[in-house]
Amino acid sequence: MTIIDQTASVPGPSDGGADAPLLEVRDLHVEFHTRDGVVRAVNGVNYSVSAGETLAVLGESGSGKSVTAQAIMGILDMPPAKIPQGEILFRGQDMLRMAADERRKLRGAKIAMIFQDALSSLNPVLSVGYQLGEMFRVHQGLSKKEAKARSIELMDRVKIPAAAARVNDYPHQFSGGMRQRIMIAMALALEPDLIIADEPTTALDVTVQAQVMDLLAELQREYHMGLILITHDLGVVADVADKIAVMYAGRIVEQAPVHELYKRPAHPYTRGLLDSIPRLDQKGQELYAIQGLPPNLLRTPSGCAFNPRCPKAQDICRTDTPPLFEVTEPDGSALPGRRSACHFWKETIHG
Amino acid sequence: MGRYVIRRLLQMIPVFIGTTLLIFLMVYALPGDPVRGLFGDKGASPEVLQNLRHEYGLDKPILVQYFDYMKGIVLHFDFGNQIASGRPVTEILGDAFPVTLRLAGLAFAIEAALGIILGLVSGMRAGKTADTLILILTLLLISVPVFVLGLILQTVVTNAGGAPSVSDDTDIGQMLMPAIVLASASLAYVARLTRTSVAENMRSDFMRTAIAKGLPRRRVVGVHLMRNSLIPVVTFLGTDLGALMGGAIVTERIFNIKGVGGTIADAITRREGTTLVGLVTILVLVYLVTSLIVDLLYAVLDPRIRYA
Repeated sequence: MTIIDQTASVPGPSDGGADAPLLEVRDLHVEFHTRDGVVRAVNGVNYSVSAGETLAVLGESGSGKSVTAQAIMGILDMPPAKIPQGEILFRGQDMLRMAADERRKLRGAKIAMIFQDALSSLNPVLSVGYQLGEMFRVHQGLSKKEAKARSIELMDRVKIPAAAARVNDYPHQFSGGMRQRIMIAMALALEPDLIIADEPTTALDVTVQAQVMDLLAELQREYHMGLILITHDLGVVADVADKIAVMYAGRIVEQAPVHELYKRPAHPYTRGLLDSIPRLDQKGQELYAIQGLPPNLLRTPSGCAFNPRCPKAQDICRTDTPPLFEVTEPDGSALPGRRSACHFWKETIHG
Repeated sequence: MGRYVIRRLLQMIPVFIGTTLLIFLMVYALPGDPVRGLFGDKGASPEVLQNLRHEYGLDKPILVQYFDYMKGIVLHFDFGNQIASGRPVTEILGDAFPVTLRLAGLAFAIEAALGIILGLVSGMRAGKTADTLILILTLLLISVPVFVLGLILQTVVTNAGGAPSVSDDTDIGQMLMPAIVLASASLAYVARLTRTSVAENMRSDFMRTAIAKGLPRRRVVGVHLMRNSLIPVVTFLGTDLGALMGGAIVTERIFNIKGVGGTIADAITRREGTTLVGLVTILVLVYLVTSLIVDLLYAVLDPRIRYA
C-alpha cells in the first residue's frame, strides 16, 4: 500500500481510476489571522487515502490534525481561517476551487465526518430520528415518513437496541456510547466514500471505546470506505489503521505503514510518543514523557519545530527545516511509504 | 405533563387571592371616597351618602367587603359594578379589551418579527458593523421613555399630514403608529436576547455538524440555529404578551385609544375601588394563564425540560 504517489500524475477529474487515491491533500496550508498575529496551524501537509484504506493522523492537541480535517470537510470558519495555498483533491477534483453549492452536496453524501463529543455535536432540541432523517430528506429528497423508516434502519445498522422505539428520543436520552453510534449512523447514512473521524472515542470510556472502534472498522470494511482517523490514542491506531501520519506543529513529521512505525520509529517525536505509553512490564519505573510543551504556533521555533524538545537536537536542527526524507534500509533498499522529517532519521531508525 | 398543569393551576389560587387582596387593600388605602365623588363639588346629604354606602356594601369592614367580593367572583363570575355608570365591570372590560387586544396583537407582531430579525442579523454578524448599528439602535430604544418616543412620532406624523390620534380603533393603519411606540422598548429587548442566543449557538458544535451534513444554509439557520436560539426569546415574548394585554396607560393616553390602560387610569382618578379591583383581577387571570402557556411551550421547544 503506497502512502503518497510522489510523481502524482494528475488523474482525470471524473473517473478516479483504480489506483488513484480517493482523497489527496497536497501542500495544504491553513492559517488563522488573530489579533496577536498569524497562527500557522497547518504548514504544507500532504497525505492521501484510497478506498477501503484507513489513515490514522496522530498528534498532540494543536498539531493541526483537526484543522486539516476541517479544511477537507470545508467547515473551517473563514475568516479567521485562511487557506493561502494547497489543494484538496477528491476523486481528482480540487474541492477548494469548487462552487460552494457543489461542495455542499459532497458534504455528508460523499465525505462525512464523525465528531468527538456526540452530546454537543448533536442538536439537543431535535430528535435523533429527525437529525438522521435530514440526511435523506436533504440529499435524496425523501419524504418525512420514508426518512424516518430509513433512520430506524440506520440505527439498527449501528446496533442501537430497540431502534424503532427510540427513533423519536432526543440526544440527551442516550448514553455516551449510543450517542456516538448515532453520530456514526449519521455519517454512514448516505454511504459516503470517505469518513473523517475526529477523535471518535476520546469522550467515551474504555470498554465502549473498543465497541465503537470495532463497529467503525466493520462498517468501513463492509462499505469499502476510506477512513481518516484522527486521534492521539496510539492504542486505538494499532488495531484499525493501515498507515499513520504523525503531525507536529502543523507538519507531517513521519509517515509509515502502521506496524513499521511501532517497530522502528524514524523520528524522535514518534519515538517519544511510543515511549510514553505506559507498559505493564515496566511497572514501578518512572513513565517517560517528552520534555517541554507543544510549540506556540505564533512563534514556531526556527529549523525543526521539535528541536527545543528533542533529545537528539544538533545545531543543524535549529537552523534548517528538515524536508520529508524518504526512509530506506541501511543498505539503501526502499521502504515503501516511509518518510521522516528528521535530519537524523538514519540514526533514529537504525540505531 | 397533566399533573404539572394541575399543580400549576392549583398554585394559581394562592397567587390569585394574594394579588386581589393586595389590590383591594391598596385601593382602600387610597384617599378619597367614591360615593362622595359621585356628587362632585355639590355634595349630598349624609343620609343619601349613607344609603349609597350601604347599598354598595362600603360600610362593612374591609375584609368582609373583600370576602363578599371574592364570593361574587367565584359563585357568579361577578366582578362588581362600576359605581359611576352602574354597569358591570365585565361589561366595561368587554368594551375596552378588544381594543387593547388589537393594539397588543399588533405591537406583539411588530416586536416579535422585527426583534427576531434584527437579533438574528446582529448575532450572525457578531462584531461587525451591522451588529454595532443594531446594538446602538436597541440601546436608543431602551433608553428613550415611551412618552417621549410617542410624542416625537406623533409630531412627525402630524407634520407629514397624518392624524395625531386614533379615531377608529378597528383601522389597522391608524393603530400602527401607537403599536410601534408600544413595541419599541420590548423590540429592543427581543433583539438583544436573540442576538446573544444566536451568537452563542453560532459557535456551537451542532452547528458545525449541521454544516458538515451538507445541509443548505437556509436549513442550517432556519432549523438548527433558530430552533435553539428562540427558546429564551419565547419566554420573554410570552411574559411580554401578558404585560401588553394589561394595557398601555401612557401610549393609550397619547393616542387617545380607549383600551384597558385608559379605563384603569380613569378608575384610579375617580377612586373607584371596585372597578379597579375588577379590572386588575381579570388582568391577573390573563397574566397567570399566559405565563402557564409560556411554561408549557418551553417544554415543547426544549425537550431537555420535562415536567413531572
